[in-house]
Amino acid sequence: MTHATTPDSAVDPTTVDPSGAGPARSAPDRPARRSTLVTRTWAQRQAKVGVVLTALIVLIAVIGPLLLPWATGYTATGFADRPFQDTGLFGTDNLGRDVLSRFLAGGTSLLLYSVLATALGLFLGMLFGMVAAYIGGWLDALIMRSNDVLLAIPQLVFALLAITVLGPQPWVLVAVIAITHAPRIARVTRAATLDVIGEDYIRAAEMYAVPRRRILFREVLPNITGPLAVEAGLRLTYSIGAIASLSFLGLGMQPPAADWGLMINENRIALSLQPWGVMLPVLAIAVLTIGTNLIADSIARASASANVGEK
Amino acid sequence: MSRARSAEATLTPTGAPMVDGSAWHEQVAAGGDVLEIEDLRIATTAGGREVVRGVDLHLRQGELLALVGESGSGKTTVGLATLGHFRSGLTHAGGSVTIHPSNTTAPALMTALGEESLRRLRGSRVSYIPQDPALSLNPAMRVGEQIGEVLEIHEFGSSEAERIERVRSVLREVGLPDDDAYRRRWPHQLSGGQQQRIGIAMAFAMYPDVLVLDEPTTGLDVSTQAVVLETIREMTVTNRVAALYITHDLAVVAEIADRVAVMLQGELVEEGPTDEVLRAPRHRYTRTLLAAVPDLAGRNRIGEFEARRRAVEAAEADAARTSDPDSGPAAARGEDRPVAAPAPAAAPGDPLIAVRDVSLSYGEKQVLSSVDLTLRAGECTLLLGESGSGKTTLSRSIAGLLDHWSGSISYQGTELAPSTRRRSLAQRQDIQYVFQSPFSSLNPRRTLGQSLAVPLEMSGDLSAAERTQRVREALDAVRLGRAFIDRRPGDLSGGERQRAAIARALVNMPRVLICDEITSALDVSVQASIIDLLTRLREERGLSMLFVTHNIALARHVAERVAVLDHGVIVDDGPTDQVLTAPSNTYTEELLANIPSL
Repeated sequence: MTHATTPDSAVDPTTVDPSGAGPARSAPDRPARRSTLVTRTWAQRQAKVGVVLTALIVLIAVIGPLLLPWATGYTATGFADRPFQDTGLFGTDNLGRDVLSRFLAGGTSLLLYSVLATALGLFLGMLFGMVAAYIGGWLDALIMRSNDVLLAIPQLVFALLAITVLGPQPWVLVAVIAITHAPRIARVTRAATLDVIGEDYIRAAEMYAVPRRRILFREVLPNITGPLAVEAGLRLTYSIGAIASLSFLGLGMQPPAADWGLMINENRIALSLQPWGVMLPVLAIAVLTIGTNLIADSIARASASANVGEK
Repeated sequence: MSRARSAEATLTPTGAPMVDGSAWHEQVAAGGDVLEIEDLRIATTAGGREVVRGVDLHLRQGELLALVGESGSGKTTVGLATLGHFRSGLTHAGGSVTIHPSNTTAPALMTALGEESLRRLRGSRVSYIPQDPALSLNPAMRVGEQIGEVLEIHEFGSSEAERIERVRSVLREVGLPDDDAYRRRWPHQLSGGQQQRIGIAMAFAMYPDVLVLDEPTTGLDVSTQAVVLETIREMTVTNRVAALYITHDLAVVAEIADRVAVMLQGELVEEGPTDEVLRAPRHRYTRTLLAAVPDLAGRNRIGEFEARRRAVEAAEADAARTSDPDSGPAAARGEDRPVAAPAPAAAPGDPLIAVRDVSLSYGEKQVLSSVDLTLRAGECTLLLGESGSGKTTLSRSIAGLLDHWSGSISYQGTELAPSTRRRSLAQRQDIQYVFQSPFSSLNPRRTLGQSLAVPLEMSGDLSAAERTQRVREALDAVRLGRAFIDRRPGDLSGGERQRAAIARALVNMPRVLICDEITSALDVSVQASIIDLLTRLREERGLSMLFVTHNIALARHVAERVAVLDHGVIVDDGPTDQVLTAPSNTYTEELLANIPSL
């Protein structure tokens, strides 16, 4: 297969006069054509669509809180003291709060916590996955069997249990989602790492007695970014869904906070009278998850085509 | 090949189903060619760069033409075009491939036919033997079924019984047993040579008219290769097939081919009868290629490949000036005397590394049994063995990459710990190991500068600037040049990567270099320039070397001593001349007898 993967070896500069200035090929024109994971991902149309959709919702969530027409967070007792307000573009909810204001303010928490949960889950999963694959033996068995135990518990049930015990606080939410993601990420990382540690450059590093931590982070990690990026994208989608669901069930953000999941719950009784209170957050969550999923899928395709020809 | 047609077919002596008076018969009767490739041009779809530029080839029945060239020369592309196939990213840009098939009266223009017609021709009239039999056989299908499948798809015979009979006969023809038990075996139950013969049987099952062989013996041991080559040669002649044999190995060509065509960067630079091309090559590239082939006698001094390549070029320039056509080849021939083994830099004497009673097993399987080996200062020992003999295991044990061996390995009289992590810094620096595959020994995500600095960072006492300086010097020493410091392995050819890997072994100024099959993944000319490099490095630095290889022909070019490893046992060990001229072991004799030569 070597002739398929090294099309340039016809002009093998190893046979070039050693006293000469070097290879005949000009170096500068190569980096321009370098095909990386990023360029290959961006080359797909669905990646562009995904980025646009995600960016739209992220913009709403980030800039929205700065543009509020009305206050968002008062409770039933604050109802009487509320300042006079017009019926906004999308009407009000059962407490007379402006739906648009609450919608604009309600994305931040969802986005922040899902990104945090994904990042934490990714870090934990990556660490355990790489260590399990690299050290092997009983440690591998221990980590992977513990993984299986965690995987056996349904994500939502585990979250319900933890939140019931520890209370509905943001850090519990983030930790619980991260812990449920970690085993899945660990599996993917372990499989990817096993592929890489079979390569001779890892053996070479071993031979030079490079510290193990450095082998993992400098030699292994850069070579498994492809599958990890795919998994991160996928897990982010799941995090958004899970956190929105928990808020909907009343276990995430607590009233009177403005939050998309919570809004769906509060406004669902009036769905036929005032659909906007439900429809706006539902649409936003749907667009966001579709967007992140499209991006994850594009990365997956890009990294699948990347593995050919890297060796 | 419809059923109706094969029923009224007449049988040739070998039993091939043919319509009498087919295009093939017509062509053969007229003494014409069965395969005609005319001005074939193949270009990349992106950019339209031509990778095959105007190739002309003609083959008669029963003739074997070797298409020789190095990686990237376009030889496989031409071979696949013969089947009417273009790899993705490539497109037919001009010229034609015509086959005169024996199943119809009209010649088939492979470059113009539709996918459906091509499918009917492939595997029946034109067949293909791929490089790696282990990858080309379906591991989940019994070998008999795989051959039978070809017959079934092309509707051979009228009944299952008839097809099974054909499977049996073709198995016999390639020299394999034809009983039911054998046909029911899985591919993994066969050796590499047997697998490749199943591949040959599949290709010949339909009595093809044209056969394309893509380096079918590259992955095989010499003794297996000899048998497979003989089978191919015999099958080609008895089945009157026109065979296109794609290879980079000139020694194989000399054994098997009637004619040779040499390709260079998509162009045919030379074509002619095998004897003529190999004895009196006309093109400069062919001469360079021949100068790179290691021979057992050590006459073709590949250790001085670069100098000789320049001599060939200079002679050609001379010839062009004086227009004397003889001076070029004469200059090359003038060096035809055998050389003594490359002069050792220092008088070999003190044992540097002593391997005593080393054994290693993986579970039940004993890989090394009580191996003794001595490496002396300034001396190169060639460790010879076929695949599975344990040569890589032994070299890795010495390098400290494996730690579950028993016995003792000492360096300068000091016992070495099993794994590198427990060896001293000085020991780690002095003993360096170069991996077989340059495609996996360098981290694709790091620049050469980063990869090459790792051994220095681990030794610790140099500043970043000094490290960069040492890396630059090492890159110069392997004749890559310092411009490579910021390049990544993906931008490099196989030869360049192997040079970089050698440079990584050199940055710490080692005394012992263990080279594990470092040239087996490379083209002959690249191999020759790497051997040349190693020879010069030994002279410059007085390195001791353990050169592990399966290619006995390299012995006289690199080593003063040869040790032969067979199934984990050293069966022969001594000075190169002694082992090669008077082998003390039948295994060594067998190896020497089977080696193909020019």
